[in-house]
Amino acid sequence: MPTVSMTVNGESVSSEVEPRTLLVQYLRENLGLTGTHVGCDTSQCGACVVHVNGKSAKSCTMLAVQAEGSEVSTIEGLADGDTLHPMQEAFRENHGLQCGFCTPGMVMSAIDLVQTNSDPSEHDVREWLEGNLCRCTGYHNIVKSILAGAKAMQG
Amino acid sequence: MYDFKYQLANSQDDAVSAQSSAEDGSFLAGGMTLIPTLKQRLAQPSDLVDLSGISDLIGVSAEGDSVTIGSMTTHAEVASSEIVSSKIPALAALAGNIGDPQVRNRGTIGGSIANNDPAADYPAACVALNATIITNNRKIPADNFFTGLFETALEDGELITAVTFPIPDKAAYAKFPNPASRYAIVGVMVAHTGGETRAAVTGASDSGVFRSSEIENALGDNLDSSAAKAVSISADGLNNDIHASSEYRAHLVSIMASRAATAAG
Repeated sequence: MPTVSMTVNGESVSSEVEPRTLLVQYLRENLGLTGTHVGCDTSQCGACVVHVNGKSAKSCTMLAVQAEGSEVSTIEGLADGDTLHPMQEAFRENHGLQCGFCTPGMVMSAIDLVQTNSDPSEHDVREWLEGNLCRCTGYHNIVKSILAGAKAMQG
Repeated sequence: MYDFKYQLANSQDDAVSAQSSAEDGSFLAGGMTLIPTLKQRLAQPSDLVDLSGISDLIGVSAEGDSVTIGSMTTHAEVASSEIVSSKIPALAALAGNIGDPQVRNRGTIGGSIANNDPAADYPAACVALNATIITNNRKIPADNFFTGLFETALEDGELITAVTFPIPDKAAYAKFPNPASRYAIVGVMVAHTGGETRAAVTGASDSGVFRSSEIENALGDNLDSSAAKAVSISADGLNNDIHASSEYRAHLVSIMASRAATAAG
């Protein structure tokens, strides 16, 4: 089996994996980072969104070996101790979730948006969420959270 | 997913030789179609040869009256490229509207056209802009490249290295996306380049992208949007599925052509 090495949330990791291991399986099953969810498993819902070298990617549609040498960040890497990332805090403040299943992917996707568009409009946010599905809230509070989170990230 | 061997190629030669020496080797570009296909066990390659480590396949350059895009350039990179945005804004807009942001961060132009999904966006751009597909062996005009449903002129062991687009005088793409997948139910790219008008249609036909001479004749040199709208397209040979009937798609061809012509100005 090939060995894959990458940095996950700032820590170097290295493991033997079958080439067919998906990045999301590697994160959840090898590293125990179960904050990244598998929703649809068909690249549509975005519950599995992580950052690979700073850009959002669907980890159910990437092989672990494709992340060789990459810097991967997951929802677990956002908070600084007990202090939530501003985007996480905005989701909490604005009640941007109901069941919470889609939330890790929403937050990771939202942070990538703000990295490329620091002052997104509501329209920009809704367009950006094309690849993230929520089956509870109807998006209203998620969009509100992301707009607040974007402001907080600038602050 | 069935098991396979994985190799990361360091160069074009390395990739071609790894693919050719494999029992049933497949190139891996961004993987946005290939990985879901493998997950559904619809393909069983013995080897995947990853092209992501070949730096000379990535990037955008402009020379004279054309823009060349490396095959491993992602949709997000094309959408945000200053060169593409200034020389062929219609192409940047098309790339920025493929799938969703995460697909655009990984999916590549080379992967998209090699796959030739009948509802993909890039094939319409290649045909309407009269692009040339450059491989490790030869240059293939877009008109001869897309040969049918998921079929291309690529031979075994042939690797797309870049796509060269002549800069059009006017061009625009309009698509009616499937609301769930964002694939084109019908997408039409219209372009006027050096005295020639082309209109390429994706999503509509069961044999993939095609040029519509009726639409091209109606558009004329001035890209007349109302004339395009008035064209009646035959539903024969158009896709008929749960997303849209062939008659509806036929109607959408002239509507999308008209919208694209209006956007092209």
